[in-house]
Amino acid sequence: MTPLATLVRAPIDVLALVEAVSSAANGAVLLFLGAVRQVNDGRDVTGIDYAAYEGMALRELQAIAEEAAVRFDSADVRIVHRLGELGVEEVSVAIAVAHAHRDAAYAASRWVIEELKRRVPIWKREHYVDGTREWVDPAGRVNAEPVR
Amino acid sequence: MVYDASTRMTVTVLLFASYAEALGAASLDVELDDDSTVEDVLAQIRARPGADRLPPAPLVAVNQRYAGAGSAVREGDEVALIPPVAGG
Repeated sequence: MTPLATLVRAPIDVLALVEAVSSAANGAVLLFLGAVRQVNDGRDVTGIDYAAYEGMALRELQAIAEEAAVRFDSADVRIVHRLGELGVEEVSVAIAVAHAHRDAAYAASRWVIEELKRRVPIWKREHYVDGTREWVDPAGRVNAEPVR
Repeated sequence: MVYDASTRMTVTVLLFASYAEALGAASLDVELDDDSTVEDVLAQIRARPGADRLPPAPLVAVNQRYAGAGSAVREGDEVALIPPVAGG
């Protein structure tokens, strides 16, 4: 069986992920892909480095997939997150969800990506056209000034 | 026999992303009493050069689980400071 969650350093095989959750029982199969955007917060981005606390990130991703099955009526979830250097348009995260019916599949897919962004210890450093690079803090823009 | 009941231990604290850059290291060893907490670890980290670039109460994980300031830290635990996450 395909693991519930994996971290990879090469392009994500999204079709394999879809196949992993497809089954005779599942009438709805969804694939969410997160990709590197060229403009973030008004700045031109040339690429992103993704870094992780790998052991904990994998543990959290697995927990999210397991929790999704409990919350969304046994929805079948697989998550792959890519690490390392990615260019614009490259896929950084793929979430495949399958369920007998579409309502649970859509709800589970949305919940999984929000949980991932909330709690999985993965960080990204954006590279800009001017050659600078900064770690992104989603709560407070890049390189947010610490509160003192 | 007389001995010091409060023995010391060394705990390695893992650092990532912006925190690793701020403190100039991917990990730091801190020396603690053997009945210490996450808050004691943070107090040691705050004394290090570059720690002024960290928020006052960074997230901490102990053995790969998020842990509150009062959580116990024991010899051999894997302690990590977790910068604001940005996956996806």
